[in-house]
Amino acid sequence: MDLKDFFHMGGYAQYVWSAYGLSALVLLWNWWAARRSEAEALTAAKRRNELARERVT
Amino acid sequence: MWTWFHKLASPPHAYRILGLLAPWFGWASLALILLAAWWGLAKAPADYQQGDGFRILYVHAPSAWMSMFVYVVMAVAAGVGLVWRIKLAHAAAAACAPIGASFTFLALATGSIWGKPMWGTWWVWDARLTSELLLLFLYLGYMALRASFDDPQRADRASAVLALVGVINVPIIHYSVDWWTTLHQPASVTKFDKPSIQLAMLIPLFIMIAGYQLYFGWAVSRRLRGEILRRERNANWLKEAS
Repeated sequence: MDLKDFFHMGGYAQYVWSAYGLSALVLLWNWWAARRSEAEALTAAKRRNELARERVT
Repeated sequence: MWTWFHKLASPPHAYRILGLLAPWFGWASLALILLAAWWGLAKAPADYQQGDGFRILYVHAPSAWMSMFVYVVMAVAAGVGLVWRIKLAHAAAAACAPIGASFTFLALATGSIWGKPMWGTWWVWDARLTSELLLLFLYLGYMALRASFDDPQRADRASAVLALVGVINVPIIHYSVDWWTTLHQPASVTKFDKPSIQLAMLIPLFIMIAGYQLYFGWAVSRRLRGEILRRERNANWLKEAS
């Protein structure tokens, strides 16, 4: 299969590539959102720990 | 056996284990998804009826499968949390919801893109499509319900009931293509008979599903670590963990 045929997808190019592109976008969004959710919780928890320590000393 | 279980369910322990597992899930899923995409797009033979258009299968079916799988995981976790009052189980259910919602959206969107050239329409209100749309609303409703409580314990209990009631929709989605007339094709893999799809087409599909499962494992580990931190108000163990 040459590269032109590959991108042409037998006339279904717009459908096949938009479906794969959208899947990549949603997976990337999940990757970003999950990382951000964890990082935010970690920052907040560390901050709570610091505040608690300041109160003790 | 129960001491082992309690250790595993203790937040600091779970936090650490999830942190160790996540990178393995992540890299393995990346490798499998890329392999399956190449295989499905370039190597698998074209369909005799749908030509190259059928290649959408490799992103549509795995996301549809995951949309239901994640919901069942979420409902089981919510049920365990409700019956045995395990906070970690509620946290796991909460971590599942946004991931499941995104897979459901993806299943609907890629299905719509597939439907246009094959059925001549983006959308029909038939049983399969409507019940899958209902699944998306169940996920969104679950998240909205959680967000509406200030008290996390009340949010856990109320949303767990919703998750459990909604699980009835999962078999409805699966069997909708047999119970009602629909444009959607019937199951070709998940049936008791031999799969009615060629092995050369089936292999990349299974690789993609395995990749999506591992991807879910990665995402839920990351989100569950966040949930654990949010729930542990006095996380003194965090000093050693981070």
